[in-house]
Amino acid sequence: MIYDQILVRYGEISTKGRNRGLFVDKLRENVQYVLRDFPGIKIKANRDRMYITLNGEKLDEVCTRLKNVFGIQSFSPVVRVNKDMELIKESSLKLFQKLHAQGKTFKVQARRADKEFPYHSDEMNNLLGGHLLQNIEGLTVDVHHPDLELKVEVRKDAVYLTCEVIKGAGGLPVGSSGKAMLMLSGGIDSPVAGYMAMRRGLLLEGVHFYSPPFTSERSKQKVIDLGKKLAGVNGQFILHIVPFTEIQQLIYEKVHENYAMTIMRRMMLRITDEIRERQEGLAIVTGESLGQVASQTLDSMFTINEVTNTPIIRPLISMDKTDIIKIAEDIDTLEISNRPYEDCCTIFTPAQPKTKPKRDKANQYETHFDFEPLLQKAVNHIETIKLSSQEENQQNVFADLF
Amino acid sequence: MIYFDNSATTKPKKEVLDTFYKVAENYFGNPSSVHHLGLQAENLLSQARNQIATLLKTDEQEIIFTSGGTEGNNFIIKGVAEKYRNRGHHMITTMIEHPSVLNTCIQLENNGFDVTYLPVDETGRVRVEDVKRALRKDTILVSIMHVNNEIGSVQPIAKIGELLKNHPKTLFHVDHVQGVTKVPLDFHESNVDFASISSHKFHGLKGTGAIYIRKGLKLAPLLAGGGQERGFRSGTENLAGIVAMAKALRLGMLDYEAKIDTMMDVRDFLINELQLIEGVTMNTPKQNTSPHIINFSVQGFKAEVLVHELEQHGLYVSTTSACSSRTNEPSRTILAMGLGEERATTSIRISLSFDNTMEEAKQAVAIIKQSIKNLKPVMRG
Repeated sequence: MIYDQILVRYGEISTKGRNRGLFVDKLRENVQYVLRDFPGIKIKANRDRMYITLNGEKLDEVCTRLKNVFGIQSFSPVVRVNKDMELIKESSLKLFQKLHAQGKTFKVQARRADKEFPYHSDEMNNLLGGHLLQNIEGLTVDVHHPDLELKVEVRKDAVYLTCEVIKGAGGLPVGSSGKAMLMLSGGIDSPVAGYMAMRRGLLLEGVHFYSPPFTSERSKQKVIDLGKKLAGVNGQFILHIVPFTEIQQLIYEKVHENYAMTIMRRMMLRITDEIRERQEGLAIVTGESLGQVASQTLDSMFTINEVTNTPIIRPLISMDKTDIIKIAEDIDTLEISNRPYEDCCTIFTPAQPKTKPKRDKANQYETHFDFEPLLQKAVNHIETIKLSSQEENQQNVFADLF
Repeated sequence: MIYFDNSATTKPKKEVLDTFYKVAENYFGNPSSVHHLGLQAENLLSQARNQIATLLKTDEQEIIFTSGGTEGNNFIIKGVAEKYRNRGHHMITTMIEHPSVLNTCIQLENNGFDVTYLPVDETGRVRVEDVKRALRKDTILVSIMHVNNEIGSVQPIAKIGELLKNHPKTLFHVDHVQGVTKVPLDFHESNVDFASISSHKFHGLKGTGAIYIRKGLKLAPLLAGGGQERGFRSGTENLAGIVAMAKALRLGMLDYEAKIDTMMDVRDFLINELQLIEGVTMNTPKQNTSPHIINFSVQGFKAEVLVHELEQHGLYVSTTSACSSRTNEPSRTILAMGLGEERATTSIRISLSFDNTMEEAKQAVAIIKQSIKNLKPVMRG
């Protein structure tokens, strides 16, 4: 193995003055969680950097997991050396030999964070560059477009050598901004909205409305699979599945077809808000994008939103569908979302839903029946599932078959 | 009985048969049915796909189930020919491929394609420079096996993959049927676009296999129908066989971790001992060879006769590959290596599994020595 440690550079956290400790703790917790099945790993986080000591664990796999963790600007596999110029020279040479540097171009970029170190950056660049040139055949210097860039960081505790910078997911550590409920239908938009909200540090729990026999078990499975993808961000995702059949049927019995969709949305929002309160969240996240469908016109939002004053976060509100699809592709949810099963939004779609529903009319329709007990009943019969991104940690009924 | 014909087929593992039986009995629903039984079957199918994809270090979307190696190779080569024929009509393969590749290429030649069959060196390996030289502007596919089924030579797949990086319009297919669980190959790292595997070569069941298709690539389907396997391969999925394959692959890779050293010791022992027998010449090269195949010729002994004699003593081996031995042809690979007609018609193949032991190897050597002695008067007469 070439590298023994991974150096993690924080993203925006670095700028968060007094809250910094909290952010760093959150990030360390999240990193610890996604790497929980690598027993050898040791994580040390200080104010500026996080160091993950591999202790023989597989570098590639650790890197793949880290790429998804929000709050990381970039990271680099590193070699840690004691602060001795001869050792630094020797390790740089070893690193270059292992990276097959013969015939390639390179440059050295030293940074001396610890100003007490006797050599300053330029001296180190020269010394190390010279040492490498002397000992590796065909190696040449190119300061503009080098094949290999050796970064040398002199810090208080040690010197860190690295040749690669891997881009992280950016954003803020999940959970550092608090908790919210994500309304998850199974379509393309809601998982993307969830992903973007998590990127800004929200810890999300999903809420899905399930109406058997009008929606199939497969549509539920679809949402579970989407939840697993979202769990990839910080290792787990909690999903609340709300039995919605009874309410949905009643709405279609009592409410004029044109307003059924609006009323249904209001009911969903009320239920989600109730779950939010029980789970101690402070916001609701939806995949709404302005004007995309009838329920997402400004008039509709105005009427639907009337039922709560909880902040509703709509990360996709001003995005075009094509851009949303692109993100869905990147986060690997598109294929799942595209599975062709009826969900709670597509079923019962009236031929002509109102695109400009009014608050007073909606309120009037809602006096036609007593929905409060039904909402309570639905909330009390929620099925809550803890999803994990790693299959093997889950209860698996088929386990003995594999 | 000493079974040394594992490249022809392997004995299914007990655990694999258990899985097959349980799935066939309890999860008989059609994965495409909308009801609960269908969903259950579909979940099993996707779990099997996930497991196989993870073991092969690929993405789930890159695995398509087939009926085995022959279908896989046909599907990929014909699928590329059909899908990318507007790009060009030239393909490159080698003279030592399995018949399911060679004969597919011959079919395509009759269909207006131009195929270059590359020679191999005396160790049974294709030269990367030869591949480079054969590449043309209209080359749409290079199809090269990973491990040769007759003599066990391992082809320089990673180097060829590296070469083809500079030819983005030329796709790269690897027949990995003999290699899987014995000689690791990372498809992504080696720049492989398509690969085929077959379950019964690693203690799974006949009639199940899979192909790897790099994400984003297309392939014209061989079978039209209900659009299973995302339209790539229609036909109701052989769920029991597929789940059994997922288990067989997992166990096979565990075996690799635990027993690869033993397998190599057994191989080295066999090579060293057999070489000492008068009239025996090794066809399997010393380097770049798989841990499970040993091919040798016995001068003056018609291979088939020797196989039957060995069988009398409970030792099961092959003449060349099982697929070609029926037609009694000389070994194509040995001919291509330039070792001559005599070596090619007298060649015997031993192929090991992770379950074979040193004890069996010792017995086998004794049986081979005795059989050669028994037959000598007849053969030389």
